[in-house]
Amino acid sequence: MFRLLEQGRSGEDAVTIDLDGQPVRARAGETVASVLMREAEAWCRATPVSQARRAPYCMMGVCFDCLMLVEGEGLLRACQTYVRDGMKIRRQIGARHVVPSC
Amino acid sequence: MLKPDLLIVGAGPAGMSAAVVAARAGLSVMVVDEQPTPGGQIWRGIEANAGTARGRALGAPYLSGLATVRAFRESGAVYWPSTRVWQIEPTLRTYVTGPDGTLMIQPSAILIATGAQERPAPFRGWTLPGVMTVGAAQILLKAPGTVPAAPVWIAGCGPLALLYAHQLVRLGGAVAGFLDTRMPAPLAGAARLAAGAVLRSGRELAKGAYWYADLHRRAGRYVRGVVDLQALGTDRVEGVRYRTADGRVEEVETSLLLIHEGVVPELHTARSLGCQTRWHAGQAAYVPVLNEWGESSVPGILVAGDAAGIGGAEAAIQRGRLAALRILSRLGRLPAGQEGAEAACRKALARALAPRAFLDRIFMPRENVFLPDDDTIVCRCEELRVRDLRGALSCSVGANQLKAFTRAGMGPCQGRQCAYTVASLIANVEARPMGDVEPFRVRPPLKPVRLCDVASLAEEAAPP
Ligand SMILES: Cc1cc2nc3c(=O)[nH]c(=O)nc-3n(C[C@H](O)[C@@H](O)[C@H](O)COP(=O)(O)OP(=O)(O)OC[C@H]3O[C@@H](n4cnc5c(N)ncnc54)[C@H](O)[C@@H]3O)c2cc1C
Ligand code: FES
Repeated sequence: MFRLLEQGRSGEDAVTIDLDGQPVRARAGETVASVLMREAEAWCRATPVSQARRAPYCMMGVCFDCLMLVEGEGLLRACQTYVRDGMKIRRQIGARHVVPSC
Repeated sequence: MLKPDLLIVGAGPAGMSAAVVAARAGLSVMVVDEQPTPGGQIWRGIEANAGTARGRALGAPYLSGLATVRAFRESGAVYWPSTRVWQIEPTLRTYVTGPDGTLMIQPSAILIATGAQERPAPFRGWTLPGVMTVGAAQILLKAPGTVPAAPVWIAGCGPLALLYAHQLVRLGGAVAGFLDTRMPAPLAGAARLAAGAVLRSGRELAKGAYWYADLHRRAGRYVRGVVDLQALGTDRVEGVRYRTADGRVEEVETSLLLIHEGVVPELHTARSLGCQTRWHAGQAAYVPVLNEWGESSVPGILVAGDAAGIGGAEAAIQRGRLAALRILSRLGRLPAGQEGAEAACRKALARALAPRAFLDRIFMPRENVFLPDDDTIVCRCEELRVRDLRGALSCSVGANQLKAFTRAGMGPCQGRQCAYTVASLIANVEARPMGDVEPFRVRPPLKPVRLCDVASLAEEAAPP
């Protein structure tokens, strides 16, 4: 849906995240939601109520539609989560299950 | 526990400007912001973008932020990025969570400088992947520098939509079409306001007019007086349907629709503290009740910047400074020689606000902006449509009861996307003015917080 204006110089500022088991290249310092918007499947969760797909809407943390599973932790706003190399991101399908994480 | 003189929530133009004044005068100042870098919304990513082609394309008002950010960095204020405030108690005790965990802060005064959010404007299909706000797209433009992969459709009204279209085209993106939802009528009535505004702020308005002309020239299509906007698709947006001013229904194909209906103050923080708010009809928004210094109805709590009522970045700077001066004088710490500072701020503030009434008028959102049809989702979190609320609406309930009956406003966004619509539906059904309807009460936490973060506080509070 979106494209980068400048392609990063090789490797330098690039990290790789794991999105539902697929490696996805990202820019250091960008948010998970921003990476997602360049994916062909630019959606982040299916709602608990009707399983309808949702995608980031506001990018500034006020709509809570970008909730994803990050490193096993549920209900995190992808637009407020910054990528780290190797970070495991999962689309959140339906309601969250309680995962002890700390 | 940390006990700064002043805690500032938000490192945008308002928060940074207040911090500079207060820290230079010797107060201990803490500034907390959810973003990893200072700048707020307008100057997001400024330190990285300054000196780049992207920075230049974003324009002079964007680049001007660098000076404020530098002054802020050098001011001596303690800056905590990537840190969110999730609760403030009326005693001013504040809870924040950031990279260093969760902390309690007990400041002597708090400045809420949390800015604005885009006005939630529900329409059919607004929850589909591929519908996002113009502000969201602009955030992606500022960092990491992404643009819609194909010529984009933009719908709505407001200066930010024009500015974004302009910035996008300058950076090599393209606008397929602009669906202007502005009501044509108020323009005529705005002539008098316009005359006054042009006299005092001709340059600003010329810039706006230029964006408009530019958009007309560059957008594939420009459609005026659009109503009944609808995003089409099942799993994602596939098209947009709308009715034109002369009644024709048109449909276009697109996989991305950007929507914008102006901005409204971030009120959650102030309202969670019990600060009084009121309906501002001219801005179609709730605003906090403040005195000329930005002091709210709760002692020790001040509000500045767009959170105090939409005024734009320059007004935010001046309101931030005024709030800082007030706090200094309340704490008896106003340095000698600051007598002229207030007058200078007030003069600059008046100049910055001069075109506001005119801008509010020409960009007044359409009348039904908070009154979607029965089939439209109101509460994005709980997936409630207008018709789901009708039953509860018919028996004369307030917003809080409606929330209990239907779950509207109970989801993770805590009403940030539906509070206006719910209040407006109540006003509509009961034929009351918006100002009479109290929106949802706001309860902490303001931002999501993990149980373990709360639990870690007990450890901090316990004696070692
Ligand atoms: C998405 C968006 C984009 C905009 N872009 C422009 C633009 O390009 N040009 C323009 O002229 N105007 C723009 N505006 C209008 C904007 O409101 C400016 O007028 C200006 O940024 C307001 O300054 P401020 O200091 O009041 O708030 P802001 O600049 O909005 O700063 C508020 C800060 O508070 C932080 N914050 C909020 N709540 C919390 C919390 N609980 N904990 C921690 N931190 C918190 C936010 O992260 C943010 O950095 C934009 C508005 C929005 C909503
Ligand atoms: S996109 Fe709205 S909260 Fe993340």
